[in-house]
Amino acid sequence: MGGSWFRLTTGALACLVLITAGLIFYELWMGSRPAWEQWGLSFIWRTEWNPVRGEFGALPFIAGTLLTSGMALVIALPVSLGIAILLTEFAPRAVRDPLIFIVELLAAVPSVVFGLWGIFVLAPVVQGTVMPFIAGSPLGYLPIFGEPGAGYTLLTASLILAIMIIPIIASLSREVLMTVPRDQREGALALGCTRWEAMRHVVLAYGRAGIFSAAVLGLGRALGETMATTMTIGNSLGLTFDYFEAGNSMTAIIANELREAASEIHVASLVAIGLILFALSFVLNSIGRLIIGRVSRGGV
Amino acid sequence: MGRFPRHSPAPRRLFMAGFTGAILFGLVACGGDGSEGGGRGGLTLNGAGATFAMPLISTWSSEYQAETGSRVNYNSIGSGGGIRAHTDRTVDFAASEAPLSPEQFANAPGTLTLPFTIGTVAIAYNVPGVEELRLSGEVLGAIYRGEIRRWSNPAIQELNPGSELPDTEIVVVHRSDGSGTTYVFTEYLSKLDPVWAEDVGFSTSVSWPRGIGGNGNEGVAGAIRNSRGSIGYVELSYLDALSLPAALIRNQEGEFLAPTLDGGTLAAETVVGQLPAGHEPWHEVSFTDPPGAGAYPISSFSYFFVYEELSTLGSRMTRERAESIVRWLEWAVTEGQRFNNEVQNAALPEALQERNLATLDRIRFNGDPIRTW
Repeated sequence: MGGSWFRLTTGALACLVLITAGLIFYELWMGSRPAWEQWGLSFIWRTEWNPVRGEFGALPFIAGTLLTSGMALVIALPVSLGIAILLTEFAPRAVRDPLIFIVELLAAVPSVVFGLWGIFVLAPVVQGTVMPFIAGSPLGYLPIFGEPGAGYTLLTASLILAIMIIPIIASLSREVLMTVPRDQREGALALGCTRWEAMRHVVLAYGRAGIFSAAVLGLGRALGETMATTMTIGNSLGLTFDYFEAGNSMTAIIANELREAASEIHVASLVAIGLILFALSFVLNSIGRLIIGRVSRGGV
Repeated sequence: MGRFPRHSPAPRRLFMAGFTGAILFGLVACGGDGSEGGGRGGLTLNGAGATFAMPLISTWSSEYQAETGSRVNYNSIGSGGGIRAHTDRTVDFAASEAPLSPEQFANAPGTLTLPFTIGTVAIAYNVPGVEELRLSGEVLGAIYRGEIRRWSNPAIQELNPGSELPDTEIVVVHRSDGSGTTYVFTEYLSKLDPVWAEDVGFSTSVSWPRGIGGNGNEGVAGAIRNSRGSIGYVELSYLDALSLPAALIRNQEGEFLAPTLDGGTLAAETVVGQLPAGHEPWHEVSFTDPPGAGAYPISSFSYFFVYEELSTLGSRMTRERAESIVRWLEWAVTEGQRFNNEVQNAALPEALQERNLATLDRIRFNGDPIRTW
């Protein structure tokens, strides 16, 4: 009797989440219909964004979001894994506890604070030091790096995002690594593995699904981040693949232009970008789940 | 944002005014739909629109409440949002930095337009070693289009014969969010630079050919501060916060002027005689690049919008409410003007205040005139 009430209540609450997601999708769809009616799916790969002429397209913003989030993940993943491994395997207690505290504190810093720091500290450093250094190193030959310019670039936004997702990935990975059974580690060491080999072949292999899901969660945070991104990315309008240039992201363009968007098609185009972002996070998360499902047969 | 000099009072006052307004709004919003309650007057008026107008309107509304006991609640959701709320007839008045476009005017028939302040746009720059920089609209247009890319360009050098300009890249900074400041600035460029008018045009947000975008005046200010060789446009009130110099802009008389409140007022006075009546469309009103000595070339009005027949706002509108709307607007465009300078907005010329009163005389409730006092 009590059990069935309980089941009903929890069931209803779970449905509420589904209904909310459905309603969000419906509202985004209805709000963006004028844009889809005007350009159809080509809205996704159109590159023009001109509020004066009423021409809109989403590609520069999709590209900017993927480029910054992708680069953030590339930077953050090795760093986070390093932190996680240090914390679980090597650090003595006296170092470990304060370090864990600091990493978790970093996760609680509001994004606007990261954005401020980005404007006042990181952007000048990127302009004065980071970009000239990369341009002078062999990395500078990569086609993703052009001429260094002002400090508000895709690279600056990527760095901020990386710093923001490191605590998430690091603390989740640490928890994953802690679940690796002691016997497995000790077994590997007993078989004559070095510490590095035991780490690589046993601990990381065992936890790879968990680490992957930590990375997906970090990526999700990076995709949706608005404030810190718009404060550092430079908010230019053209399509660019150059990390030394100002870019834009899906979240930034919505945050920037929705308030003052006066024409119906402008608003609809911004909502359409919101819908694409919604779909993109959904797809990425699904892919993440799928891969976790596959990999986890061999581990956690 | 983070680095206002400690001793500079203006931005802090702006910030405090905005902050107080936001809290007030939050309190009222929590207490129901905001149309009941309030002090002695009982009624609370609701307005929405431009963020730029927030410091001025919240200063006004606290002074107005102190003087009359009536409350005015202003929600700074942006000009676009304010115009939408006005079109949907969900607010008592709306504020915007740009006049209604012909399309917007057609969607909100019966709109009266009342200019309530003059905003002035400063061109700030960060070029170490250059104490004074003189620019013209043509050169600004070429810089923002990317035709002029270096400070040492002969066109800039020609305007600044005495100074030594560095051979460095010009970093162009613009607003990333839609804004009335952008509207004025791009409208000015469109007037002086035919290529700009053809390729880009003017609006609250445009398709910028180049440059980095900063969010809000603070964002632009921050980007200019932190990028050597940069140039950008900000509302005059944010110039103090920048502690960077503003370029002198050439007006029609060939004078090079620094942005000032008086320069904006002088510019506005050049059009007061030719303004449309309150019930007519205002989209052609502009006094960028005005004639006349001392008139600063980049400034504009901010506007209130209100309906001529207030009974069209639905059942929540009563004669009492209609009267208090008219009294509030009358106070704002006349007596309230003495507070404008405090928040770095220029006051309206006398003649324009008279015109606004004539516009307010048009307001009706169920066909009966309201302003009978």
